[in-house]
Amino acid sequence: MECVFGLVGNDFAIVAADSSAVHSILVHKSNEDKIMILDSHKLIAASGESGDRVQFTEYVQKNVALYQFRNGIPLTTAAAANFTRGELATALRKNPYFVNILLAGYDKETGPSLFYIDYIATLHKVDKGAFGYGSYFSLAMMDRHYKSGMTVEEAIDLVDKCIMEIRSRLVVAPPNFVIKIVDKDGAREYAWRESVKDAAVPSA
Amino acid sequence: MSIFEYNGSALVAMVGKNCFAIASDRRLGVQLQTIATDFQRISKIHDRLFLGLSGLATDAQTLYQRLVFRHKLYQLREERDMKPETFANLVSAILYEKRFGPYFCQPVIAGLGDEDKPFICTMDSIGAKELAKDFVVAGTASESLYGACESMFKENMEPEELFETVSQAFLASVDGDCLSGWGGHVYVVTPTEVKERILKGRMD
Repeated sequence: MECVFGLVGNDFAIVAADSSAVHSILVHKSNEDKIMILDSHKLIAASGESGDRVQFTEYVQKNVALYQFRNGIPLTTAAAANFTRGELATALRKNPYFVNILLAGYDKETGPSLFYIDYIATLHKVDKGAFGYGSYFSLAMMDRHYKSGMTVEEAIDLVDKCIMEIRSRLVVAPPNFVIKIVDKDGAREYAWRESVKDAAVPSA
Repeated sequence: MSIFEYNGSALVAMVGKNCFAIASDRRLGVQLQTIATDFQRISKIHDRLFLGLSGLATDAQTLYQRLVFRHKLYQLREERDMKPETFANLVSAILYEKRFGPYFCQPVIAGLGDEDKPFICTMDSIGAKELAKDFVVAGTASESLYGACESMFKENMEPEELFETVSQAFLASVDGDCLSGWGGHVYVVTPTEVKERILKGRMD
């Protein structure tokens, strides 16, 4: 029931993910952030087995940082995607990670890019991508309304359309979504789309 | 569903007069869902040798990386490109290495050997080579492809006629297979040039 989707716009890339952490029939929390900021200009939106998701994305994040420390320059988005795929491929026949990833990034030379990385380490550069049951609805909406070179406003409108579709048509639809954007100014959180707010945790 | 049919693929290679053609479909799917319609299944090993990999996309990508690595090492040591026959033996050996945990791929190898003699072969996922004088096929649409190629093939076709034959046989076959299609990629290779063309077929 985890929904992750993303698309590439004019000179930015946007990813959205649901934010429910679920175990069987129980919703642990509805404000789980599944989009990790990999480095200044990269986002990794992951869905799948919760333990694998957190462990694997942190592993990728730390290795990307290590590369930058060692070499003095950051990895390109394509290089980070290929590294991620390599790690998933190596683990596939030993101890596979059940994590599906959309890696969005912005490079000065090549602009925005989005990479689709399956849990079995299938890598493909895409303009729009989605994982999970929500993908049946979000990909359909994006197929209908996406065009290349969209502005941020148009892209957010499309993201909202996808979220509306998922909310209304998916049987156990996640209530809340987080949207993050990456462009020349860096990777950052753009907005939350909440229809259910978690109760505030009382301070000690 | 078989693991070989998880992503969907179609490949064909055909021999002409001092030339060959190799064609693939462009769909990348995850069972019934189409993820991308611009997936590259055919890769150039060197100017006179092309490799197509059908089957599971992740294994195709891993296998391609391993083979390019081996070929580059060969180029460094031997100071020349690999002959197609040699390369086919290499692919076969690498596949058989994993006899009891194989790569779920069926390669199609096409190249120009000594004296510009075209060479094509295919093999199963554990490296059993199948040399042919006329055409070889692989992928989810292979049965259709056998029929179409058998009826349309003629000996000693010139490059232009070969392109037409391969394209017609290819499009007719993938149209009958739901897991492959969304256009085609055709490479026609002669001793002097490589022509890459994109076919537009039924986009469904």
